[in-house]
Amino acid sequence: MIGGYGRPLEGRSWLSRLSDSPLRRLDWTLLCVTAILTAIGSVLVFSATRGGLSEAGDDPYTYLKKHLFNIAIGVILGGVTAALDYRLLRAYAPIVYAAACVGLVVVLTPLGATINGSHSWITLGGGFQLQPSEFAKVGLVVLLAMILGEPRDGEVGPGRRDILLALALAALPAGLVMLQPDLGTTLVFGAVVIGMLAVCGAPKRWVLGLLGGAVTGAFLVWWLHLLKPYQINRFTAFADPSKDPQGAGYNAEQARIAVGSGGLLGKGLFHGEQTIGHFVPEQHTDFIFTVAGEELGFVGAALITALLGVVLWRGLRIAMQAADLFGLLVASGVVCWLAFQTFENIGMTVGIMPITGLPLPFVSYGGSATFANMIAVGLLEAVHLRHNPYE
Amino acid sequence: MGSRSRVRLVVLHVMVMSLLLSLGGRLWYLQVMNGAHYRRVAADNGIRDIIVPAPRGQILDDAGRPLVRNRTALVVSADRTVLLRQKDGGRAVLQRLAGVLGVPYAQLAAKVRLCGPGVTRPCWTGSPYQPIPLDDNADARKALQIRERQEDFPGISAQLQAVRDYPRTDGAGAAQALGYLQPITQEELNKRKGIKVTGYSGVDLIGRDGLEAIYDGDLRGATGVRRVLVDSQGRVTGVASEKPPVSGGNLVTSIDAKVQGDVEAALKHAIDAAHKRGDPADSGAAVVMDVRTGRVMALGSYPTYNPAVWTGGISQSEYDGLLNKSKGQPLISRATQGEFAPGSTFKVSSLPAAIRDGYPLHGIYGCPSSYMVGARAFSNFEGESGGDITLHQAIVMSCDTIFYRFAYEEWLRDGGMHPVKNPKDPMIKMAKDFGFGKRTGIDLVGESPGRIPSRQWKTDYWDATKASDCKHGKTGYPDVAKTDPARAAYLKQMAAENCVDGYVFRAGDAANFSVGQGDVLVTPLQLARAYAAVANGGTLWSPRVGKAVLAPNGTIARRIDPVKAGTLPISQKVLAYMRSAFADVPKSGTAAGAFGGFPLDKLPVAGKTGTAEVWGKKDNSWFASYAPANNPHYVVVVMVTQTGTGATTAAPAVREIWEDMYGLRKGKKADLPDGKVPDRLPALASDGTIVPPPGFGEPEDKTPASVPAPRRKKHK
Repeated sequence: MIGGYGRPLEGRSWLSRLSDSPLRRLDWTLLCVTAILTAIGSVLVFSATRGGLSEAGDDPYTYLKKHLFNIAIGVILGGVTAALDYRLLRAYAPIVYAAACVGLVVVLTPLGATINGSHSWITLGGGFQLQPSEFAKVGLVVLLAMILGEPRDGEVGPGRRDILLALALAALPAGLVMLQPDLGTTLVFGAVVIGMLAVCGAPKRWVLGLLGGAVTGAFLVWWLHLLKPYQINRFTAFADPSKDPQGAGYNAEQARIAVGSGGLLGKGLFHGEQTIGHFVPEQHTDFIFTVAGEELGFVGAALITALLGVVLWRGLRIAMQAADLFGLLVASGVVCWLAFQTFENIGMTVGIMPITGLPLPFVSYGGSATFANMIAVGLLEAVHLRHNPYE
Repeated sequence: MGSRSRVRLVVLHVMVMSLLLSLGGRLWYLQVMNGAHYRRVAADNGIRDIIVPAPRGQILDDAGRPLVRNRTALVVSADRTVLLRQKDGGRAVLQRLAGVLGVPYAQLAAKVRLCGPGVTRPCWTGSPYQPIPLDDNADARKALQIRERQEDFPGISAQLQAVRDYPRTDGAGAAQALGYLQPITQEELNKRKGIKVTGYSGVDLIGRDGLEAIYDGDLRGATGVRRVLVDSQGRVTGVASEKPPVSGGNLVTSIDAKVQGDVEAALKHAIDAAHKRGDPADSGAAVVMDVRTGRVMALGSYPTYNPAVWTGGISQSEYDGLLNKSKGQPLISRATQGEFAPGSTFKVSSLPAAIRDGYPLHGIYGCPSSYMVGARAFSNFEGESGGDITLHQAIVMSCDTIFYRFAYEEWLRDGGMHPVKNPKDPMIKMAKDFGFGKRTGIDLVGESPGRIPSRQWKTDYWDATKASDCKHGKTGYPDVAKTDPARAAYLKQMAAENCVDGYVFRAGDAANFSVGQGDVLVTPLQLARAYAAVANGGTLWSPRVGKAVLAPNGTIARRIDPVKAGTLPISQKVLAYMRSAFADVPKSGTAAGAFGGFPLDKLPVAGKTGTAEVWGKKDNSWFASYAPANNPHYVVVVMVTQTGTGATTAAPAVREIWEDMYGLRKGKKADLPDGKVPDRLPALASDGTIVPPPGFGEPEDKTPASVPAPRRKKHK
């Protein structure tokens, strides 16, 4: 499709050359939608941050520039990932996993930085921070695919040993992330594990048991006061945000007001008073969707949701056409990760999910998240590039 | 690689898409179905009403001289809610602030506490959501530091505010009459629905006493409202609409700053002199009133204080000082709130009472040194005998025994110990006709009614004290007996008697009452208006201090006029007789010494001395007077407690006041030009300056351009 324009006179030879190139076989729909989402995200990040920056006397483009820089790095990382034979990833997966786990341990040491109540960051020089939990998502998906996607005969699902190993490998980063504490990422790990086990054909009792266990666990964590007070508040405020609009429910209430006041067509880009007035906290990261809701209205918000749906659809399509079980699992793992994160992020913004600190894929500001998301797209493309089109 | 994984993927696909669809549905519900609702909520989110304070009006004297005005001060205040939200409850911020202001941290920390049980001043009496003033007169350099380093001082603000200023024009303090302002309380807000508050402590004040309280509604003005667009931190991003504030009206009073200043000085001189003689002289009061209009020209009360202590929050020690008995409770206005036995000045009522009861006005009455009231001898002051005299002489030399006789005979006619059904009680009735025992209705807070010990009062009092009297009648007064056994025995006997028949209106009660002794109590203001009524031909005024309210645009918002409270039931003949008697008191009577050398030919002063005995204390000294005697304009009453006779302390003070008012001393100009008070109101020029009435001085700002030319024309 990309060859449709360009030089029609030389078309034939150019196209034939292109058909041999891996570029020709990339999932361009996925790339285009990702690019559109990233572009929309950049505009929204700028809209959310320009006011505060210029008030503080800073360059209003500061965050936009950083975001674009992050995207550039992310694109390179994603491109490298896509270029690799994904089968080779099996070799790298343990390294990525181990590196991420080490990173998760490091953030718990004094080297880590606390931002918004979570001890999730490693500060690098030049105003950049690294969030190992984002890379742990990548590592976990590939590692689980490796374990659960061992070539097996016939249609048998993974054995108990594999399942237990998978669970143990997921539990380690999940536990470390809980210590930060970062409930959202833990839930992402849970969704990835359960989703991948289900897809690879683990016995129903395992899948349902884990699902039940996850729900019970989440409840117990809340009930046994294992969470920090602010997290409990965030959860309880979810039940009735109007109860205490200045306290814990403030975020939820303000997010709903911002999104709801956008109406069908929105107030226009850069014209959201709620955004300008900084009523919603964390607006360029976790609550970026409120900017879309207020300034672009239902049309814009639904479009972003739909575009994310297209990403997930392409991911599932890639999984469907994967050359082997490993590829299938990598792709579906990525889909589970992005799907859960999308649903949780938009869900908390519109008040149907409790508030946890998770960014909206491709749209939110945040270096590590952007890198991880781009790597995820790279993984999907890598699986896509090496699928067997004739199967 | 089997198809079963792909089937599971289809399931996953369906799940993912349904999740996204539910998000879409929720977005539709929020944005399209409820969009209007959230737009309204959002609009409220971004708009705040800022109440803009209205400048409070000034309080002026009758010539437009300021008694209370405003000055701007840099007020440093703390927002308690912001401080408490900080990790250490604002400790670090207050410590930094203490360094800048140069006061101990503990002092600031104490000021931001809310007053309550167990929390005494300094503490905050206002609403917890109002900023609390920490320094109401910060110097500009310190305030600038706070403003420039806002990040170091979250919750602290420094801004210009108008605060009350008491210039003491011509020495006029009048602290108790002016009253004071305090932070408005929630109850007051609830009671007065119309009041809007700004949220700024130094501005959200309400008059709590005196004229500030009575005329709060006139002085307060109307606050403005500025609707601003704000962000979540409350930072203003724009102005939506604005309704400017309307300044409060200026209250013109009938107080004359010069007279007031001299009255306070005279009272002070009299009390200082009494102190020199070794008298306790612990309090005093003075009232000057225009007998023709019922307007109050001066109200003095001793001890007094500087009302500036109320500005910007009062400290506990200052507050205690105002209420402390040993410091004389300067907050109490002796002129209107103090109740004292009037002594012989009360004969202003007893004499016409006897005439109304049938005693001939021109009769000759015996004035023995003592008179037997039942079994008890009631003596003249210092036991002098006057022989057979007229009522005129009885007033001039202040003979008590004549009045004892009147009272005793009247009491006997009413049935004595076994009263008739409807006793006439001529003295009690006349006292009530003079307005004693009832508030005068002056436009000041907390006026006392005084006390007329009528038969009803005796019964009520007996009901209230019976239990205690009966107990003491049995057990005696062991505490008193330790130091004074004789008094203890007397008290015990009294208690025992009162226990049995304390409700009976006895002969002694009637006799004491006739000369202003016993249980009768009056306020100096009540006595002043009683003498004013005699002087003006019988009109009893409900006096007023306020004269008019000048709107900020210069028009007269409203006039305040004294109300006629009644007419004395005394014929003009009797009144004229009384006036001639009063006129001779300073000439040849009890006050002749005090008025020795006074140019009575220039200013004939009439008056009556009073010496009220108080058990266990020195006598209270009274002098009630008016002048000119032949055509009375003003009444002057002075009272000093615990000092001696009316002639020794009060009369000299009254003399000094008359001298100052009419300029009878060498080298001092008259307070009242030609003995007149302004008959016109001061005017408010368009530039805000105050133009005095013609003949009463120059405008306060003498720049010619600032005053419209026609107004500068002198009268005459």
